[in-house]
Amino acid sequence: MARIVVITSGKGGVGKTTTSAAVATGLALEGHKTAVVDFDVGLRNLDLIMGCERRVVYDFVNVINGDASLRQALIKDKRTEGLYILPASQTRDKEALTQEGVEQVLQELSKDFDYIICDSPAGIERGALMASYFADEAIVVTNPEVSSVRDSDRMLGILASKTRRAEQGEDPIPAHLLITRYAPERVDKGEMLSVEDVQEILSIQMLGVIPESQAVLNASNAGMPVVLDDESDAGQAYRDAVARFLGEDRPHRFLTAQKKGIFGRLFKG
Amino acid sequence: MKGIFDYFRSQKPSSAQVAKERLQVIVARERSSRSGPDYLPALHRELLEVIRKYVQVDDEAVQMNLENQGNCEILEVNITLGDRQ
Repeated sequence: MARIVVITSGKGGVGKTTTSAAVATGLALEGHKTAVVDFDVGLRNLDLIMGCERRVVYDFVNVINGDASLRQALIKDKRTEGLYILPASQTRDKEALTQEGVEQVLQELSKDFDYIICDSPAGIERGALMASYFADEAIVVTNPEVSSVRDSDRMLGILASKTRRAEQGEDPIPAHLLITRYAPERVDKGEMLSVEDVQEILSIQMLGVIPESQAVLNASNAGMPVVLDDESDAGQAYRDAVARFLGEDRPHRFLTAQKKGIFGRLFKG
Repeated sequence: MKGIFDYFRSQKPSSAQVAKERLQVIVARERSSRSGPDYLPALHRELLEVIRKYVQVDDEAVQMNLENQGNCEILEVNITLGDRQ
């Protein structure tokens, strides 16, 4: 039985897809067979971030409608062993993701995989609700910025009431906070909410903090999950977050501003 | 004696501080209405309309807060009529 993890946020553009790609790749690197599923019907993008956009033949909705088998639609990642991608459909039919269809696909994936990462679309409509409905666990991606924090809180409310587990009266699913685009220098200047501020407002457990980093854009330009960039701060921060997700106790890094000396500037460029 | 920089610092909280305080207020309010009945926003609107038959007030004049105390649900309604002229 796979563990189903939804990557969600409410607000758009905060890094859900980047995080889905990084976490799924990170889990596969740790030896867990992982499928990452794009729930953003109409606006497929996970394929581009994973660098497999030219290999998409069938999609999630094709599988739900029985036009293709799951095996036909799943794309095997070329870089990372044990990692598979199920791309979103580009249909404009928002009703295409039926609850029964989603459940069936997740059940079938569950037989073969250790983890299923559900990349939620922004908003709180069907795609987002379907991405979280069957989840066992959630990672809430938040930027240290007012609208993102507010939307994350709203999403936490939905996770607490609108998942299958909540509807069946079981314990609500555990939610982890992942802060992305964090800029310690701006926090020091009083221009940005700190990790502590965000955690205090949302009061959920902190999974990790990903620093604002050029590496994220570089990775998406190249179609390579940033977690594979071992040299980069963001890549390392995602590796740490995945290790914590798997139960390892790792200290948080990249929380303070780097004071670069003249030599640091010269040699690091 | 306070320097001019201290003066400005004590006058003006950082933008992050302002953000945090605004978030704390709105998140607390939205959490309480989330767990509450669906009619709260409508009740809020109608209360405003009724009050406006008699007094002109801002949109912020009616603040509602739903609290659970044991078996009892308490709806606290605060109505600010504004400055006396």
